[in-house]
Amino acid sequence: MAVYELKNKENPPISEIGAFKWLHENLFSSLFNTVLTLFGIYLLYLIIPPLADWLYFGAEFGDVSNDQCTRDAACWTYVAKKINLFIYGFYPEEHYWRIHTTFLLGFVFGFIPKLFKQSTHKFKLIAALFIAYPIISFYLLYGGIGLEVVETHKWGGLTLTVVVAAVGIVASFPIGIMLALGRQSKMKVMRFFSIIYIEFIRGVPLITILFMASVVLPLFFTEGFDVDKLLRALIGITLFQAAYIAEVIRGGLQAIPKGQYEAADAMGLSFYQKTSLIILPQALKISIPNIVGSFISLFKDTTLVLIIGLFDMLAIVGLSTSDVNWLGRETEGYVFVTLVMWVILYSMSRYSKVLEVRYSTEHQKV
Amino acid sequence: MSDKLTQAKPDDKLCCDIIEINNVDKWYGDFHALNNINLNIKEGEIIVICGPSGSGKSTLIRCINFLEQFQKGEIIVDGTVLTDDVKKIRQVRSEVSMVFQHFNLFPHLSIIDNLTLAPIWVHNHNKQESREKALSLLDRVGIKDQAEKYPNQLSGGQQQRVAIARALCTSPKIMLFDEPTSALDPEMISEVLDVMVELAKEGITMVCVTHEMGFARKVADRIIFMDEGQIIEENNPEDFFKNPESDRLKLFLDQILSQ
Repeated sequence: MAVYELKNKENPPISEIGAFKWLHENLFSSLFNTVLTLFGIYLLYLIIPPLADWLYFGAEFGDVSNDQCTRDAACWTYVAKKINLFIYGFYPEEHYWRIHTTFLLGFVFGFIPKLFKQSTHKFKLIAALFIAYPIISFYLLYGGIGLEVVETHKWGGLTLTVVVAAVGIVASFPIGIMLALGRQSKMKVMRFFSIIYIEFIRGVPLITILFMASVVLPLFFTEGFDVDKLLRALIGITLFQAAYIAEVIRGGLQAIPKGQYEAADAMGLSFYQKTSLIILPQALKISIPNIVGSFISLFKDTTLVLIIGLFDMLAIVGLSTSDVNWLGRETEGYVFVTLVMWVILYSMSRYSKVLEVRYSTEHQKV
Repeated sequence: MSDKLTQAKPDDKLCCDIIEINNVDKWYGDFHALNNINLNIKEGEIIVICGPSGSGKSTLIRCINFLEQFQKGEIIVDGTVLTDDVKKIRQVRSEVSMVFQHFNLFPHLSIIDNLTLAPIWVHNHNKQESREKALSLLDRVGIKDQAEKYPNQLSGGQQQRVAIARALCTSPKIMLFDEPTSALDPEMISEVLDVMVELAKEGITMVCVTHEMGFARKVADRIIFMDEGQIIEENNPEDFFKNPESDRLKLFLDQILSQ
């Protein structure tokens, strides 16, 4: 037997701490990585200066005509002149407040539940807001009693993009959940139809579905009876997205351990209680990153509504390039669209991260 | 063998049987998991079921609350005949609670919400009362201060004690324990067994599948030995350990007690 004295602690060597360690580990850990790092720096040197010059330093921001504007760099005057078109489409200018109110209400409604503590009333409140918001939004955007009607063919730009994406996301979610449960169901008929639906939709491109909705569907309607073009696109996108959401949620459902079902069964919970209180909350939680991922691709897919004659933001930028006063300014327009899209999609991605962190403390890996 | 057991069943006490298992057979595909099981359990009785793995003991107690379906025979729980009628199954399940090997707590709900779930949703009890009852039960199993935590923040032993409290929260007539200590680290087994011993003193009907022979000896009214889907031997604890009749039980006891 031996007894040892506790030794004094020593400071770590320089290679184990601080910036030196970071540089060594991340950029220069081997010869190959050093070469890659140097090559990367060279590429950045090639790209960044001309890009910054085009975007900002050489760019024109003033109130000038197309001819006076520089050809060597961006002419942001063009975007500034067209900004209303990009954002509101052909929506009448005196009614822009209706769009603003709609989006503002969306944020307010999203914020209201946060003011209340967790209770059954909170759930009822959320449900009430969730049902009320689409109705109010539709009234504000489309009009009707007391408000001038703005036909949907005048909707466009970013407004249309957001409307299509938001409706697609909100409407496809419950349908997707039902399809996922249907596919997992023990009832053979339910399962059969869910599988057929999901596999059929997933086997067809969105463009085809939009074409069907816009060109083929009206053939079945009698003369004079017509469904709004935007509504048809919304239905097409919702049905399409529902199949994808269903598969994402099915993944979550399959990750729930059998013991959770058994514990719920053994308590005497009914099927609906078990599903809504135990299984779905856990399955949705697991699926958050994939659900948001799916919604991000839906947001991008909204640009396809162009092919049935709706002018979302991308399409309207394309349209505006044919303005004879502003010929040759496509690049500026598309860079602008890219930037707006990136901000929105990156925000969605960050929000998914927030949700994940918020719920992760509760999750247990069995 | 099974004839002998059927005859051994005291007919005069049928009035007090809370669980009657009559000629139950179950197959998983070709595999004969339960082979003509007959077992009557009286109200307030503590039954321990043991046997080698794959002997059908878990399957048997999972038949009692219909987590497993059986193909032949009948099971009557507190006067309700188990069929695949959903209402009757839920009726039985509302009176029978189960504690699982892997706890099966709901990870997305806090401890207190795990406990009040069944009282509120299945038994339509008042929220506030359920909460108070849950807290007093948590106090009894010694983890009242963890009520607002989530299951994954507790140790295995604590989780299993929560699971027992959850099972008790609906005031069940019967408690089923499916190997409640098998998934626990050795130092946590006794804290769970202590709770079960306390419970046994209170007169609730308990059916426990377990390998804890010390527990069986201490609290069981009857110990049942199963092998290959059949009940091989049943006896009071003293004779069960001292005078095992069948060779298979002797071998089993040798193996499990020599550890």
